[in-house]
Amino acid sequence: MSGGSERVPRLAATGPEPGQGRGPRFGRGPGRGGFHGPPGMMPAERARDFKGSLRRLLRLLAPYRLATLMVVALALGSVVFSIVGPRILGNATNLLFEGIIGKQFPAGLSVEQVDRMLRAAGRQELADMLGRMNVVPGRGVDFAAIRSVLLAAAMLYVLSAAFSWAQHYIMAGVSQRLVYRLRRDVDAKLARVPLKYYDSNTRGEILSRVTNDIDNIASTLQQITTQLITAAVTVVGVLYMMLSISPLLTLMALATLPLSLIVTLGIAGRSQRQFAAQWESTGKLNGHIEEMYTGHTVVQAFNGQEKALRAFDDENARLYAAASRAHFISGIIMPAMHFINNLNYVGVCVIGGIRVARGLITLGDVQAFIQYARQFSQPISQTASIMNVLQSTVASAERVFEVLDEAEETPDPAQPVRLPRVAGRVEFRNVSFRYKPDVPLIENLNLVAEPGQTVAIVGPTGAGKTTLVNLLMRFYDVDDGAITIDGVDIRAMSRDGLRSLFGMVLQDTWLFEGTIRENIAYGCRDDRCPPGEEEILAAARAARVDHFVRALPEGYDTRIGDDASTISQGQRQLITIARAFLADPQILILDEATSSVDTRTELLIQQAMAELMKRRTSFVIAHRLSTIRNADVIVVMNQGRIIEHGNHESLMAAKGFYYDLYNSQFSKAFAEAV
Amino acid sequence: MTYVLRYLKPYWKQLTMVSVLLLVQSLSNLYLPDLNARIINEGIAMGDIDTIVRIGLVMLAVTLLLAGCSMLAVFLTARSAMGFGRDLRRAVFAKVQSLSQAEVNRFGAPSLITRTTNDVQQMQMAVLMGFNMMFSAPIMSVGGVIMALRQDVPLSASIIVIVPLMALVVGLVMRRTMPLFKLQQRKIDRLNQVVREKIAGVRVIRAFVKTEREASRFNEANLDLTNTALTIQRTMALVMPSLMLIMHLSAVAIMWFGAHRIDSGAMPLGNLTAFISYVMQILMSVMMAVVMLVMVPRAVASAERVQEVLAEVPSVAGPAALEGPSEAEDESPADPMPEGIVEFRDVGFTYPGAEAPVLSGVSFVARPGEVTAIIGSTGSGKSTLVNLIPRLYDATDGALLIDGVDVRDIPLKRLRGMVGLVPQKAFLFSGTVASNLRYGKEDAAEAELWKALDVAQAKGFVSEMPGQLEAAIAQGGTNVSGGQRQRLAIARALVKRPRIYVFDDSFSALDFATDARLRAALRKQVGDATVFIVAQRVSTIKDADRIVVLDKGQVVGIGTHAELMTSCEVYKEIVRSQHAEEEIA
Repeated sequence: MSGGSERVPRLAATGPEPGQGRGPRFGRGPGRGGFHGPPGMMPAERARDFKGSLRRLLRLLAPYRLATLMVVALALGSVVFSIVGPRILGNATNLLFEGIIGKQFPAGLSVEQVDRMLRAAGRQELADMLGRMNVVPGRGVDFAAIRSVLLAAAMLYVLSAAFSWAQHYIMAGVSQRLVYRLRRDVDAKLARVPLKYYDSNTRGEILSRVTNDIDNIASTLQQITTQLITAAVTVVGVLYMMLSISPLLTLMALATLPLSLIVTLGIAGRSQRQFAAQWESTGKLNGHIEEMYTGHTVVQAFNGQEKALRAFDDENARLYAAASRAHFISGIIMPAMHFINNLNYVGVCVIGGIRVARGLITLGDVQAFIQYARQFSQPISQTASIMNVLQSTVASAERVFEVLDEAEETPDPAQPVRLPRVAGRVEFRNVSFRYKPDVPLIENLNLVAEPGQTVAIVGPTGAGKTTLVNLLMRFYDVDDGAITIDGVDIRAMSRDGLRSLFGMVLQDTWLFEGTIRENIAYGCRDDRCPPGEEEILAAARAARVDHFVRALPEGYDTRIGDDASTISQGQRQLITIARAFLADPQILILDEATSSVDTRTELLIQQAMAELMKRRTSFVIAHRLSTIRNADVIVVMNQGRIIEHGNHESLMAAKGFYYDLYNSQFSKAFAEAV
Repeated sequence: MTYVLRYLKPYWKQLTMVSVLLLVQSLSNLYLPDLNARIINEGIAMGDIDTIVRIGLVMLAVTLLLAGCSMLAVFLTARSAMGFGRDLRRAVFAKVQSLSQAEVNRFGAPSLITRTTNDVQQMQMAVLMGFNMMFSAPIMSVGGVIMALRQDVPLSASIIVIVPLMALVVGLVMRRTMPLFKLQQRKIDRLNQVVREKIAGVRVIRAFVKTEREASRFNEANLDLTNTALTIQRTMALVMPSLMLIMHLSAVAIMWFGAHRIDSGAMPLGNLTAFISYVMQILMSVMMAVVMLVMVPRAVASAERVQEVLAEVPSVAGPAALEGPSEAEDESPADPMPEGIVEFRDVGFTYPGAEAPVLSGVSFVARPGEVTAIIGSTGSGKSTLVNLIPRLYDATDGALLIDGVDVRDIPLKRLRGMVGLVPQKAFLFSGTVASNLRYGKEDAAEAELWKALDVAQAKGFVSEMPGQLEAAIAQGGTNVSGGQRQRLAIARALVKRPRIYVFDDSFSALDFATDARLRAALRKQVGDATVFIVAQRVSTIKDADRIVVLDKGQVVGIGTHAELMTSCEVYKEIVRSQHAEEEIA
C-alpha cells in the first residue's frame, strides 16, 4: 500500500472549525497510491462481515458484466500464451541440439547406421539419447525451422503482452467507473441523510469514508481483480503443463504447497496482530501530533513543549517497536516462500536428475518442469499478498456501504403543499422533541409568531434555543405536536419548499472556497440564479460588506475559504449576512449572527437587520439582550421549556428570570457607561 | 533531501551489514543455476547418482544460507527504516514545538501535521523498500553481467541494447504519468475540499436549498478526478506488458543469434541456456528497480516537505547566552519573583511578507495590580498586541520590557511561566478536567483546582459532570459547550497563578450573567497581578485602570473610561455604538 502518492491523509479533514477545536480524526486507513508495496504494509483491518461486503462489492461489478468477462477472457489468453512460450522455445533448443549432433556424423548415413556405429563404439547412452531425437546425420542446424519456431514464440509473446495490456486497460475503465459511481452514490446519499447523521458523527469520520475509503477502493480494485484472475489462470495452466510432463514430479512439487500455505498464513496472522498494534500506535501518535499542533498557542504559553515531547517520545517508541516487528514479520514472507521454492527446486533437480540418469525422463523435460514449478509457486505467494490488500479494500468498502445503508430522511409528501407567498404566521403547537430518547429536551412547547413579528429567543446555553431553529427548518422533525406556517403543517410541505421560505444566518460562518462574490451569490433563490451584479452589490452594501471588500486588493474577486486568513471572523460573518440579504426570505432566522463582529460594525448590521426584519416574521437567537430588546415577543427558555414570554417591558416588570438576566448585564454597565 | 538523509547515519552499521547480507544472498542466487548445471554435467551425463545427491545437498546448504541472509537482512532493514522514521518524526515534532505562532501559521497546522505524519511515513517506506532493491538490483545486475560474460562475450552485447530499451519505455511512461500524478493529487485535494465544505456547511446548504448545486459541484470534481485517474491507469497498463514483452523477445533474439554462434562453433550449447537465465536475472533486477523508481519522486517530494520544516528557523528563541543545554533556568530559584511591570516601547509588528504593519508605535506601561484593557474593532491588532507578551510573536519594531528587561533577554521558559494566557480560542487537551487545569502547574492541589473553577464560574458544571475533576475531556474540548470551554481555559490560567494575566477576548461565549459574575470574582482573585483584557464590549472593560484604544494597529487613545470619553473620538464612537444598539434593536 504505502508506496502511496502524496495523498491527502485522513487528517485532511483538518480545517479550522469556527469557534472550536473539533479537530480532524485520524483514520485507520492505509496510505494510497497507484502502486502497492509488498504484503503486510496494509494495516490489519478486518471487515466485520467480510463475505457479505465482498459479495456486495462484487455486485457493483454487475453493470460491467461484459467488460469483466472480457477481462477474464483476456487474462486467460495472456496467461496461456505466456505458459506455452517456454515449451516452444524448448523446441528451438531441441532443433539446435539436433543440428549440432547431426553435423558430427557424415552425410548420407541413415539414423540406424549411426546407431549401430555408436553402440559398436560402446557409447550406449548417446545412442539411447539419439534414439529419442530427430537427428539427420550430416545435416547442420536447420535455421529455417528454428526461425519459424522462434517467430511463433515471438508471436505468442506479442499476443500475450497485447492481451495483458488490453486486460489492464479495460479493467482500469471498469474500476474507475465503478468508483466514480460509488462516490456519486455516497454523495447523493449524504444529501438525503437526516442532520442527525452529521451531528452524531465527526466530520473527519464522514469525510474519510467519502474520500479515503473510496480512494482505497479505487487504487486497489484494479490490482486485485487483474492479479487474482491472472493468478488463478496461471495456477491451472501451469498445473496442466506440469502434469503433462511428469505426474510424479508434480506430486512432489505439490507436496511443498501445504507447507507454503501454512507458513504464509502463519506469518500473515502474526503480522496482522503486529500491524494492528502499529496502527493503534500510529493513531495515538497522530492524534497527539494533531492536538499539540492545533493547540500550539496553549502549549507554548504554558511551557508545555517538554511535556508534549515526552508524551510524543513514549508513543513514538511504542510505534517503533510495533512497526519494526510488523515489518520484520511481514517481510520474511517473501524469503520464506523463496526458501520453500528453493527446496522444491533442489528436490526436482535431484529426483529429476536421478530419473533422467535412469532413462525415465528427458533432460529437456526436467528443465521445463523446473521453470513451471517456479511459475506455479509465484501466483500462490502473490495471492497471499493480495489477500492483505483485499482485506483492507473490503474493510473500506464496508465503511462506504455503511454510509449507503444509513437511514434517510422521511420522504417528502407525494403532493407537497406549496406556499409561494406566506403571510408568515408561525406556530409551535404542543411540540416535544428529544435528541436522545432518554434525555428530555423540549416538552410540550407552544409559541406563536404573528406575521411580521420579531420573536426573540433568549436563555442560557443548552436551553434549547438552537433546537427550535432545527425544528423550524426541519433539520430535525418534532417527536410530538406540530409546527405550522400560515396554518399548514410544515411536514405537509417539501423540505426544499419549506426552507425556501427562510433566510438564515448561523453562528457557524460557513464560506466555501471561492470568491467573495460567489459566496454572496450563494444566497440566491432558484428563480433568480445567478443573481445580477447589482443585486450582489446591493446585498453587500446592506450587510456592510461592500466597504471592506473594496479595500481588498482584488475586491469581490478575493478568494476566501474555510481557512482563509485574508478576512477576519467578523468580516466572514458579514458575508454570510449579505448572503441572507440576497436571499430576501419571507421568514428570517438569526442565530447568534453578530457575536463576533465588533460593536461598531455590529451597530451598522443592527440597522440593516432592523430594515430586513421589518416586513418579515423573524426569529432572533442571541445571548446579548441588547440586540433583542425591541422584539415583539421575547421568549425566555430554560431547560427546554418556555419559562417566560412577553415584551421587554412586561418581562422587566415581572422581575423574573429575564429581569435577572438583563440586570446582570446592563443596568450596571450602562448606567455608568454613558 | 541530503539533509533529511542525515537521519540515516545512526544506522550505517546495520545498513552496511544489510548490504553484505544482500551481496551473499545475490551471489547464492546466482550460484544455484551453476550447481544445477553441474548436476547435469557431472551427475546426469555420467549417470552418477551419488554425485547428483552430493551436489543436491550443496544446493540445499546454499538455499539455507540464502534464507538466513534474507531474513537477517529483512530484520535489520525493518529496524533501521523504522528507527529512521522514528528519529525523523521526533526531529520534526521537536522542531515544530520550537517554532513560534508566526511560523506555524505560515505552514498551517494541517500542513505541519501531514508533514510530521504522512511525509515521514512515506520516507520511512521508501527506505524500507528502497534498501532491498537499491542493493540487490545492482548486485544482481553486475553479478548477472559477469556470469553472462563468462558464458559468451559477444552475445553479452545484447544487454547493451535491451537494458536501455527498457529504460526508454519506462522513461516515456514516467514522463507522461509523473505530471499526471501531481495533477491527480490536486484533484483529490479538490474533491476532498468539496466534501469537507459540504459536511461543514450542511445546514447552510440545506437552508438555502442548494443540494443540487452542491451535487453538481461534487460531480464536476468527481468526474475530473476520474478522468485523470483513468488516463494514469491506462498509461500505466502499458508498463508491465511491454517490459515483459521486451524480456521475452530478448530471449527469442538471444536464442536466434546464439544458435548462429553455436553453429559456427564459437560457443558450446549448454552456455546458451545459462546465458538466457542470467539475462533474465538482470532484466528482472532492472524491472524491480523500475518499481522503486516510481517511489522516488514521491519520496523526494516528501523529503522536501519535511526538510522545509527542519530548516525553519524559529523567529522566537530564548536568549542565546542562557539557552544552554543544561537548562540552567530550571534550577534558579534564586531568581527574584518578577514584579510584572510590562512596558511597550514603540512596539510595531508586521507579518513576514506583509505590506502593512499590524501594529505600529505602541507605547504604554502596565503595572502590577492594574487592569489594562485593550479595545478596538475587529482586525485592529488587539490579539497580536497581547500575544507579544508571552512572545508567541516577537515585535518587529521597538521593544517589550518586563520589569525593565527586554523580553528577548528573558529565558523563554521563565517568561512564559510569568504569563497566564487565556487565548481567544479556548483550546482544551484530551484528558480530564484536572489534567487540563494542571497544564500550567503540574503539582497543583485539588483545592487549588476547585478554587480556580469557582472563580471561573465553572464549579457548578464541573461538579455535575460524572467524575467531576476526573471527568473526561475530549480532544479540543468538544464534549463541553463553548462557554464551558472558555471557563475551563480561564481556570487553567488561574491555577498557574502567574504574575501577568492575559485574557484575549475570553468572555465572548459566556452569557451575560455568567460573564458579570466571573469578572467580579476574577477581580478579587488576581490581586496584585498585572492584568490585560482584550474585549469588544465597553461593559467588560469600563472599570479598567487603563484602556488602550486601538484602531488599525495604532493607539488612538489611552486612559480611563472617563478620560477617553472626553478625549478619544474612536472610543466615544464605540461607546455610542454600544449604547445606541440598546436603542435600535
